Amino acid sequence: MMTTTASSDSTRLSVIQRLRQIRLGRWCVILIPMLWLAAFFFIPFLVVFKISLAEAMIAVPPYSPLIEWDPSNAYATLKVTFGNYLFLFESRFYLDAYLSSLRIAAVSTFFTLLIGFPIAYLIARSGPTQRTILLALVILPFWTSFLLRVYAWMALLKKNGLVNETLMAIGLIDQPLQILQTDFAVYLGIVYTYLPFMILPLYTTLEKMDMSLIEAAQDLGAKPWRAFCLVTLPLAKPGIIAGCLLVFIPAVGEFVIPALLGGSDTLMIGRVLWDEFFLNRDWPLASAVAIIMLIVLVGPIMFMRNGNKEAM
Amino acid sequence: MSVSSVAPQIVPKAAPTWRQSTSEPFVRIEQINKQFGDFTAVNNVSLDIYKNELFCLLGGSGSGKSTLLRMLAGFEKPTSGRILIDGVDMSNTPPWERPVNMMFQSYALFPHLSVAANVAFGLKREGLPSGEVQKRVADILDMVQLGHLAKRKPHMLSGGQRQRVALARSLVKRPKLLLLDEPLGALDKKLREETQFELMRLQEELGITFVVVTHDQEEAMTLATRIGVMNNGVIVQTAEPHEVYEYPNNRFVAEFIGNVNLFEGTVVGDERDSASIHCADTENLIHVDHGISCAPNQQVSVAIRPEKFRITREAPASLVNTTQGIVTEVAYMGSQSIYKVRLPSGKEVRITQPNVQRDADDRFTWDDHVYLAWDADSSVVLTS
Repeated sequence: MMTTTASSDSTRLSVIQRLRQIRLGRWCVILIPMLWLAAFFFIPFLVVFKISLAEAMIAVPPYSPLIEWDPSNAYATLKVTFGNYLFLFESRFYLDAYLSSLRIAAVSTFFTLLIGFPIAYLIARSGPTQRTILLALVILPFWTSFLLRVYAWMALLKKNGLVNETLMAIGLIDQPLQILQTDFAVYLGIVYTYLPFMILPLYTTLEKMDMSLIEAAQDLGAKPWRAFCLVTLPLAKPGIIAGCLLVFIPAVGEFVIPALLGGSDTLMIGRVLWDEFFLNRDWPLASAVAIIMLIVLVGPIMFMRNGNKEAM
Repeated sequence: MSVSSVAPQIVPKAAPTWRQSTSEPFVRIEQINKQFGDFTAVNNVSLDIYKNELFCLLGGSGSGKSTLLRMLAGFEKPTSGRILIDGVDMSNTPPWERPVNMMFQSYALFPHLSVAANVAFGLKREGLPSGEVQKRVADILDMVQLGHLAKRKPHMLSGGQRQRVALARSLVKRPKLLLLDEPLGALDKKLREETQFELMRLQEELGITFVVVTHDQEEAMTLATRIGVMNNGVIVQTAEPHEVYEYPNNRFVAEFIGNVNLFEGTVVGDERDSASIHCADTENLIHVDHGISCAPNQQVSVAIRPEKFRITREAPASLVNTTQGIVTEVAYMGSQSIYKVRLPSGKEVRITQPNVQRDADDRFTWDDHVYLAWDADSSVVLTS
């Protein structure tokens, strides 16, 4: 009797130990990305947040310390100011910059989706050999530097660039168009740059889709366009959401494209951020701009995440 | 002992439509061709299907049966030829305008829609008032006994339940013609049998013409009113199930459906409706006494089904339609036993015998010397 209880106890123990081991293994796997996120996202975020609560001053680094230590009477003062945030809300300029960024990002995302969907659909429906080639073509631009490609667009769009020359040669226009340094050039640049980020997630969802579903819809009386709206589109929803997030979020904070292709009146928060940091050397204000941008972006991310959950 | 009294044609109480020369076909396939590049998927097929039939297209993969079905549904356009359904030429009608519905092999249920919404999909496209849509959806779901699962999504259903949703969805529009692509393919054996009978019941109740594509000969035999056996894009024989089995018109059909022993031989005697065939394997002459057209000295194959043999230890009196050999293999299957008998020529013959007695002492066993005999009307001469 004694021995049996002892042995059952020992098996129970070993089960618990085994469970612990499994949990430990799982923790190890989760720990690595968690440490990564902590080191490269959360801690920098805290640093930026801390700077945003300071005041700009001519020093190295160019902001007031958070904690002031007075060694004479062993007295520490915590110096926190929300002045930077208040300044952002008081000035029309920053609000406009945020709204303009969101608008440019939203419009670009829409056009990226409009152009990316048919491409992704075509790739998903083509034969295996063609598919590999087409996918390679989508990824190929990544092999050259992003900056180089934007400069290439500058060369194409400038007054005596290829686009204007061609349009004049075929007689569509008499005088070169001002394309560069307009919002249009910014849209073009963003759509061009981020197209692969839209195509790839769309492709993966469309590729998994059973073609007989569309046939079934048509068989049940849906014309091709209806079948697309009622079957293809809802089933592609996860891909559409993923693609839109991948384009929208970096597009909001985009700096290089508006700086190189946009005009002086193209207002985007990325440029404002750059100017505050490097021209005005107002690090606390720039940090506040960055923090608000993050908060602005959390909204759409949560919204789309919920939409994605429903689609699952 | 023998079943020689079975007439070549069983005469039913009322002859079905497809046996009456005067009846109008419901579906008429006229010299249909379908090319995919260099490949001919369907080669000059003509076929008439009558109202209330449950027609099976039977064939292996790549035989063209699915392509033919997809042409009926409108997913593929024939390269040449016409398809008429209920007298109307459908050749240029897109799938969404055909009075035809299809049950897909994969079921193709919309994963983002509930069972009820899946079934309602086709009715909504017709623009019916929502009250009627709901009523018809509820009715058809009750008929396939799935009313209680109407709100579920397809991924929450078992294979058999999904199959019934697919069936309900294709029936709810009351099509003139229902196409079923391997309807039982994904089900396990027990469910297959149940569903087979359910399909037959539904077909009789609703009076819809069914065309079923299958590679499973047993499925075709149980379900079909008639079977069209396809090979290499051609329908090689169209006949009722028992006819396809008992009177195959060529070697492919004989070998594709059930098991068969084929004997190569030469015609030596040709009377009005019988023939004598010399065959090296059987040593004795083979006598076949029903409708065959062959010429003396013609090379033919004689097909004999395994269950048509009588197997004995004593030499039979007649020398025609007999042979002898050694039992080389025995397989006891319960209801029947399968024997393989090696003839003196070395050819192996497959024989099945029902196990009528529970404990027969003289059951044949390995190395037994046995005599085989069969009736003159139980073999078939095949010229192609």
